Amino acid sequence: MTKTAFTKIRNIFSTTFTTVLAISLLVIFLAPFLFMVFTSMKNQEQISTVGSPIWPAKFPKFEYNGKSLDIFKVTLPDGTTKELALLKKGQKESVFIDPKEPEAGEIAWQGSWRSLDRPWKFTFESAVSNYKEVIETINFPRLLWNTTFYALMTEIGTLISCVLVAYGFARFRFPGRDLLFILLISTLFLPGAVTIIPTYTFFQRIGWVGTWLPLIVPAFFANAYDVFLLRQYFMTLPRELDEAAMIDGASPLTVLWSVIIPQSYPALMAITVFHIVWAWNDYFGPLIYLSTKPELQPISVALSRFNGIYGSRPQLIQAGALMSLILPLILFAAAQRFFVQGIVITGVEK
Amino acid sequence: MFEQLSNIRNAIPAWRSFRNLPPLARHEMKQGLLFLAPWLFGFLVFTFLPMLASLLFSFTDIKLTDNILQMPNFIGFGNWTQLFKDPQVWEIKSSTLGSLWITLKFGLIALPVGIFVPLGLAVLMNNKRLVAPMFFRSMFYMPYIIPFVAAIFLWGGMLNPETGWINRTLMAFGMPKENVPTWANDVQWVYPTYVIMGIWGIGNAMLIMLAGLQGVPTELYDAARVDGANPWQTFWKVTFPMISPVIFYNLTLSVVGLFQYFLVPLVVNNGTGRPGGSTNFYNLYLYKTAFVFFNMSYGATLAWLLFLIILVVTIVLFGTARFWVYYAGESRS
Repeated sequence: MTKTAFTKIRNIFSTTFTTVLAISLLVIFLAPFLFMVFTSMKNQEQISTVGSPIWPAKFPKFEYNGKSLDIFKVTLPDGTTKELALLKKGQKESVFIDPKEPEAGEIAWQGSWRSLDRPWKFTFESAVSNYKEVIETINFPRLLWNTTFYALMTEIGTLISCVLVAYGFARFRFPGRDLLFILLISTLFLPGAVTIIPTYTFFQRIGWVGTWLPLIVPAFFANAYDVFLLRQYFMTLPRELDEAAMIDGASPLTVLWSVIIPQSYPALMAITVFHIVWAWNDYFGPLIYLSTKPELQPISVALSRFNGIYGSRPQLIQAGALMSLILPLILFAAAQRFFVQGIVITGVEK
Repeated sequence: MFEQLSNIRNAIPAWRSFRNLPPLARHEMKQGLLFLAPWLFGFLVFTFLPMLASLLFSFTDIKLTDNILQMPNFIGFGNWTQLFKDPQVWEIKSSTLGSLWITLKFGLIALPVGIFVPLGLAVLMNNKRLVAPMFFRSMFYMPYIIPFVAAIFLWGGMLNPETGWINRTLMAFGMPKENVPTWANDVQWVYPTYVIMGIWGIGNAMLIMLAGLQGVPTELYDAARVDGANPWQTFWKVTFPMISPVIFYNLTLSVVGLFQYFLVPLVVNNGTGRPGGSTNFYNLYLYKTAFVFFNMSYGATLAWLLFLIILVVTIVLFGTARFWVYYAGESRS
């Protein structure tokens, strides 16, 4: 065998191997999504039956002479197994009818019908009632509005403040600037617990606990992660344009607005999408500040109560989980590129 | 992101530089500080002052119901002596560990997973032979954006001892019903359960490590091949040093995050510490002290101990970075 042929075979082998490995890992990794979709469409009967299928299903029925009959798997004397509808229950002998050919008449069968298995038939007819029940119990439109409102308000604050601060760090030189920047980055290591207790106490005393204010107002004062991302991006923009605008008499704010921001669309988008996901996921803040006001809570806090409410009805828990993740998922599908860019800037840049 | 932190010596300005500032530079400083004002104010009001107040709280017996202008009642070191005797924090001999040891124990399990699983996936995504790498990259990242409460419910369902797919698979492969793990209900299995529930959070670290791997210049690999290095040597002598900054970044943030771990036990076991008190994490104890029992002073004392521990650990980590983290090229400033 020539060397090139050998290399070719080896390449085909390693391509197959890596791709099959990646696919298998991905299937395991994403299996819970399928679990969620399937479980959310099950009915209570299936949930409480041990050994029922993993896909949503129900016991089929057969309408016969105005009666709804259960269907069983019956092994007939000739050794074949048929799915027959139980017409008359008896201890030693039961009477069945074949749903496929009811005109063939009644079939008598020796044995206890209780020992028979019932077949499962795929159905997602419980989906509607499950989702409807969840939407009504947790007042889903309200939660959606609360979460969107929270995300939007904090988004506005984050964008305005972080753009200003990042511009200050990227374009102005003065003694102490680098020390301030280090201080900013080191707040990433600060445990939230060390500031939350006095902050909560303070907000409680000025009557803000039980309102949105303690969650929204701090967003207007910049955060380390987004400032870092924007500053890194601003520094890659050429200074010549700024300087040309400055010579024409533009103030720094004008430069920021008409030179820097128009060039920073990808970084601003990255911050926007990250922030929406963050707000959608934020749990601790809303939990402590809105614990007495269920009507103001965002979706994550409301959803976490499901564990207690629906312990024995996992189909409703899964339906709720699905409704809470559908929006972030759509956002991700639409704006993937910005997620990737944003992460690369913060994680890889020095 | 963290290289600048190790340059702290060069960042400290000399007083001279303020005094002899020419007018133009003084003007630039004024404008610069004006732009930083939102953060400077926010840092002061929402970070620095609350930190000081926390320390102050730890020497008082402040009540949430006190009047806003009322001076808190100073009680000296009472909270701190209570803290250093508190079995809920320090107990190590009995089977129910103190919350600090629980946090450490869980961290020792979760940290390697949080580093090596994303690294392994990044290596796989970086493989030239992988078909459609962009698709796999997106798909492995995607669960990262799912709200963590939803992720807990999904994995919690998967790990349900009777109906979950994981135990059904184990039983399908012939494991007897009485031997399958009961996951979140079993002291032995509850930490691995939490690790599995957190596995969807690896997307971020994976993308960062992947970008790090893609940034390694191919000339280095060519040179290693010419020198006859085997894949193992190439990884440790070329790849690892080149991606050490991203590993360090993820490692540091993971360690800091793990010391504060508590939201998962709060949601999964309602913060009860079940099973058998094995999920009484330090931060969970702190949360309950402050926001369930509203003991603000003792909560603040616990918070300050946590802050000091994280401070020391971070400084130690940055100290070790000199020996194994390699920043190629010069830094931009």
